Amino acid sequence: MKYIDEFRDRAKAEVLVAEIRRVIERIAPAAPLAIMEVCGGHTHSIFRYGIEGMLPPEIELVHGPGCPVCVLPMGRIDDCLAIADHTEVILTTFGDAMRVPGSRGSLSQAKAAGADIRMVYSPMDALALARKHPDREVVFFGLGFETTMPSTALTVLQAERDGIRNFSVFCNHITIVPTIKAILDSPGLHIDAFLGPGHVSMVTGIAPYHFIADYYRRPFVIAGFEPLDVLQSIWMVLKQIAEGRCQVENQYGRVVPEKGNIPALTAVARVYELREFFEWRGLGSIDHSGVRFREEYAAFDAERKFTVPNVKVADPSVCQCGDVLKGAIKPWQCRVFGTACTPENPLGALMVSSEGACAAYFHYGGAPRRVPEHAS
Amino acid sequence: MNEMAPRNFAKLSVAAITLAHGGGGKAMKDLIDDVFARAFDNPLLTPMEDQARIEIAALAARGDRLAFTTDSYVVDPIFFPGGDIGKLAVCGTINDLAVGGAVPLYLSCAVIIEEGVAVATLHRIAQSMAVTARDAGVAIVTGDTKVVTKGACDKIFITTSGIGVIQPGIDLGVAKARPGDRILVNGRLGDHGAAVMVARGDLALETSLESDCAALHTLIADLLRAAPATRFLRDATRGGLSTVLNEIAHASHVGIEIDELATPLGDEVKGVCEILGLDPLYLANEGKIVIVVPPDQVEAALSTLRAHPLGGEAADIGVVREGEPGRVTMRTRFGGMRIVDMLVGEQLPRIC
Repeated sequence: MKYIDEFRDRAKAEVLVAEIRRVIERIAPAAPLAIMEVCGGHTHSIFRYGIEGMLPPEIELVHGPGCPVCVLPMGRIDDCLAIADHTEVILTTFGDAMRVPGSRGSLSQAKAAGADIRMVYSPMDALALARKHPDREVVFFGLGFETTMPSTALTVLQAERDGIRNFSVFCNHITIVPTIKAILDSPGLHIDAFLGPGHVSMVTGIAPYHFIADYYRRPFVIAGFEPLDVLQSIWMVLKQIAEGRCQVENQYGRVVPEKGNIPALTAVARVYELREFFEWRGLGSIDHSGVRFREEYAAFDAERKFTVPNVKVADPSVCQCGDVLKGAIKPWQCRVFGTACTPENPLGALMVSSEGACAAYFHYGGAPRRVPEHAS
Repeated sequence: MNEMAPRNFAKLSVAAITLAHGGGGKAMKDLIDDVFARAFDNPLLTPMEDQARIEIAALAARGDRLAFTTDSYVVDPIFFPGGDIGKLAVCGTINDLAVGGAVPLYLSCAVIIEEGVAVATLHRIAQSMAVTARDAGVAIVTGDTKVVTKGACDKIFITTSGIGVIQPGIDLGVAKARPGDRILVNGRLGDHGAAVMVARGDLALETSLESDCAALHTLIADLLRAAPATRFLRDATRGGLSTVLNEIAHASHVGIEIDELATPLGDEVKGVCEILGLDPLYLANEGKIVIVVPPDQVEAALSTLRAHPLGGEAADIGVVREGEPGRVTMRTRFGGMRIVDMLVGEQLPRIC
């Protein structure tokens, strides 16, 4: 397929891998270099194409927090189910969120028990449902980083223009930069460089990341999601390390403009404001890491339209999702990986989404068999 | 189907099915008569007994074992490009018999109809079943009809059971794969799953995708003649290619390695999978089989498959290895290796 196959070319991959080997020889690191790929989309690609196995052992990939489904805390799922319990509500959601466990089950289980929960591919589909069912209240489970934030904002603006009153959003949109900062500030963390988010940056541009290179002195390369993108980005951070540079570079120039997407950013700024803090699964509360609707758009805010219990549920104590998200341990080093926590019965959300590091290891990495070799 | 009057088919006078058509009285008799008996008409069905009566001697003359299978069909939508629930119900059960090496002969047909379904819709489905069965040389010889209240089922559910006969000497088995054996498929994968997903209409995608729904018994008969040492066959329906490969790897205690570049996929299936974040290895097929053959019969098998209209794009996609028993891997087109695991639950589209 045009514009797809070119980025999955085996011969080009071999050339890049050879280049990566050469740069690694130049660096000759004393310990493996830890490169964190921020996005779940990168993680998925790395496993789907078997990229990790093609790299020299001096490179260790650490799978970061950039899977919005994986970092949803149980309490937010419980709140969402409380909204779905209202008989007049049609709850609409992206498919990914269906299986994420809350403390009293998942959306998928609630649907089976009779709640009207429907999968959509875009918030605009949810708005169309609201038009079609004026007697029902259609709630969209809004989640995702800056990638999906604008489409929710534009849908709300559209609903406002069209005077649609039976539509609202349960807003769980989050923002990646404060979280990268929180990871960089966590004690004992060892990350040498980052592959930066591609689709988030398509919206935000590259400016928000400069502090990572300037202040934290880590090379940061915004990376695309095709396997050649990932390999080239790894080569680019290695070159920075070899040359003693720390810069923000953009490998994904075909999609990411330097200044981002101005109309999208305008819509985001108009509709949302930063929350003081937002709870992340595994990482705890992070300041200014989530957004909510501004007062002017309160009519579309499901949290204000419904009484949401605002439950705080601690992550299951056996879960080590946080350590995995920070790259402190590998998924298969978690004490419940593949035993109490499997894709069939996920305890932690990292096991749910196809972009979650644990699910990726489980499906593509055959990691359960590696446990005896590596776990203590 | 003892309720039916032979030959003189009654005519339904209403446009839509009501609960009365399931009540056991005249309305039900008219429904069965007009819609199903008229379409399926054959000598074993005609006597209208509670059961079809099949001569054992005639069966025994064709083989030494009876194959018996059953399957239910609940596809949504009931009409989709390349087929409908009726064609699917006939082909699916024929294929379940044929992959065991059986010659399919007789089918049953039980339908559960939701009240309110148009009679014209039922005619279309029954006609599709009749034509598919006739073309395949099998007869629908017994059946049942139920009508349920609105919401108790989704338009129509069909269960077909099938009987076939296995000739002496054919002994296919999921546990028979041996290291060195090759894995073949009879064509491009995922067409049915992708076509049905698009036909549901909530994706707003326009494609020319068609389901690959087809009866594979003649293809399989040709294959077994050309490659009699074939170890195993299975149709890659729900769960797709990866599910069948995992079943083989587990049952035969072998590893399996396939090559992504050798695995035939249509451009439109690739496109749908790219957009929705799905893996084509898990998409359903209704006209594709996974075949395990010993290495010395690969050529014979492939050329026979390719000579058949339903096997034109047959391909050798991988190999059985001693390796780690139960493990299925794929050499990606990119050159890396990945695990091909069983699907857990339903494939859910990624959000970003």
